[in-house]
Amino acid sequence: MKLLVGIDRSDRTQAVLETALKRATAMGDEITVAIVETDNGPPADLLEAEVEEFFSECSIDVSIRSLTGHAGSELVELAEREDFDRVIIDGGRRSPLGKIQLTDVAEFVLLNATMTVTLVR
Amino acid sequence: MTRVYPSEPAGSFESPPIPFEDAAGHTVRIHEYTGGDFDAFLEMYRAFDPTDRAQGIPPTTDDRIQEWLDRILTDDAVNVIASTEDRLVGHATLVPDGTEEYELAIFVLGEFQELGIGTKLITALLGAGQEQGIEQVWLSVERWNTAARTLYRKVGFEPSNTQNFEFEMSLRL
Repeated sequence: MKLLVGIDRSDRTQAVLETALKRATAMGDEITVAIVETDNGPPADLLEAEVEEFFSECSIDVSIRSLTGHAGSELVELAEREDFDRVIIDGGRRSPLGKIQLTDVAEFVLLNATMTVTLVR
Repeated sequence: MTRVYPSEPAGSFESPPIPFEDAAGHTVRIHEYTGGDFDAFLEMYRAFDPTDRAQGIPPTTDDRIQEWLDRILTDDAVNVIASTEDRLVGHATLVPDGTEEYELAIFVLGEFQELGIGTKLITALLGAGQEQGIEQVWLSVERWNTAARTLYRKVGFEPSNTQNFEFEMSLRL
């Protein structure tokens, strides 16, 4: 199966990568990580190096893309164009009270993707 | 993203304790929770109808309920409860998010809903918040939940973000 993992720089990035890694290890999935543009921070090339390191420590091959523009639509478009089987993204954070809040990217992908979507909690 | 608040305060709210009789004739006491009797909360949330949950709260298993209560029954939060003679039937809370802003939520057990308890609870909670100098209160509510939205509007909440799945409202105290 081909997995597309969408990440940006946030405190949830690690959890998303770990979910993808767990699946890839168990199922032998092929992983592509797409780094999307959001308001969250430092340049993609820095994050790219971190992602490479994360997967190479576990000897998993990964290809990395950088997507610019509207994160949700770029992800869905890439997933459809290249026939990915599943998209894995951050499933939202918790409010101070503990309510689940979907990110804008999660909302868009969930409503528009034609393949299976995994929201990481 | 900065949250938008109404420019004018919503007015003054009655502070707890508020004794009253609900529409079904139960004697209900609305008062501020300042510690103790954690088990009454556990009991109430165990009895909470799972179909009344919103955005993952209240949680459903004992462990998760406890962990969640530990996070909201804190000294820097404001908690107001509704109790009958023998049990807790409602709970409203204002939880700080590390800035000046407080998130509001309210829970009433199924069989005690639509008896006026929610209105009293939210009034008392805002009254207690006012006493503590809190000025910015926000909440999110599921879009389809018109009963809740009507209640929030009635006490002065205004829509602040309507772009997402969850409908956000805010109020200036």
